[in-house]
Amino acid sequence: MSSVADAHGRDADRHHPDLVHHFESLPAQKEAATFGMWVFLVTEVMFFGGLFLAYTIYRNLYFHAFVQSSRHLNLTLGAVNTAVLICSSLTMAMGVHSSALGRRRATVAWLLLTVALGSVFLGIKAVEYKDKFDHHLVPGERFQAEELHLEGEESRPAQIFYALYFAMTGLHATHMVIGIPIILFIAWMAHRGRFSPEYHTPVELTGLYWHFVDIIWIFLFPLLYLIGRHH
Amino acid sequence: MSEHIVSPGVYVAVFVALMVLTAGTVFAATVDLGMWNTPVALLIAVTKAALVVLFFMHVKYSSRLVALAVGGGILWLLTLIAGVAADYLTRNWVGTPGT
Repeated sequence: MSSVADAHGRDADRHHPDLVHHFESLPAQKEAATFGMWVFLVTEVMFFGGLFLAYTIYRNLYFHAFVQSSRHLNLTLGAVNTAVLICSSLTMAMGVHSSALGRRRATVAWLLLTVALGSVFLGIKAVEYKDKFDHHLVPGERFQAEELHLEGEESRPAQIFYALYFAMTGLHATHMVIGIPIILFIAWMAHRGRFSPEYHTPVELTGLYWHFVDIIWIFLFPLLYLIGRHH
Repeated sequence: MSEHIVSPGVYVAVFVALMVLTAGTVFAATVDLGMWNTPVALLIAVTKAALVVLFFMHVKYSSRLVALAVGGGILWLLTLIAGVAADYLTRNWVGTPGT
């Protein structure tokens, strides 16, 4: 952005301390890093994609049990958490924006706000999980299908729903538990003045990761919480 | 390749759209749309995801290489879904011998 590039895209700041020797220029280095991050995110899409596929198949096979199971989830908490996560995506986007402008304090503040919102999400998720444990809706020997107004043979498909619920939301939450310390580390680097308008790629890539986690929840929320709510 | 700085106004507009769509999907779920409840929910989710990818994740302003990586990912996901759907959705189309 601030560097003067010649006709071949070479930078005037070729000796920028953040430019490693095997890259021609800072933009080329950033492009490679961004591409690499996206390739990683594509593997994540396939990782979650398998779970979404398993969910789709079992939902079609055992629709009634899935509707009854879904209705036990707390719609209000799910919707609030969706809003919290969207807010955290906005604060993360603002953090990346601030770092691109070289605003150190604003970058740190937006990143810390993102961490706070992410923590609120995990707190609400913990409250929801506790409710499922309290009502014996964790798959296993003591699973109480009666809680879902299901009996007999429909207990097993209801357990499949809750197994998928815990696997999918658990994997999603794990990504957030990993993401929060990464954001804190990036915020610490920003605080130390490690980034500049020319070089703030780590902030950008952390942003990509966090937005990806938001996208997963954008699909999890309607699929898990909003089945058969109109009955 | 110079970096495109997106104005905060764009981020706020996308944020508002995401919030409105979230309220929309919750409302749509409470209305009986027959077979259309799930397609509507998925359409809203895909729209929200597209907004996040294009604006928050800067793909709208990124190079074609990045767009290709995103497109490739979507293609492989659809291949995964199509392959399995081709099995599960067609199982009852023809009678199974012996049943």
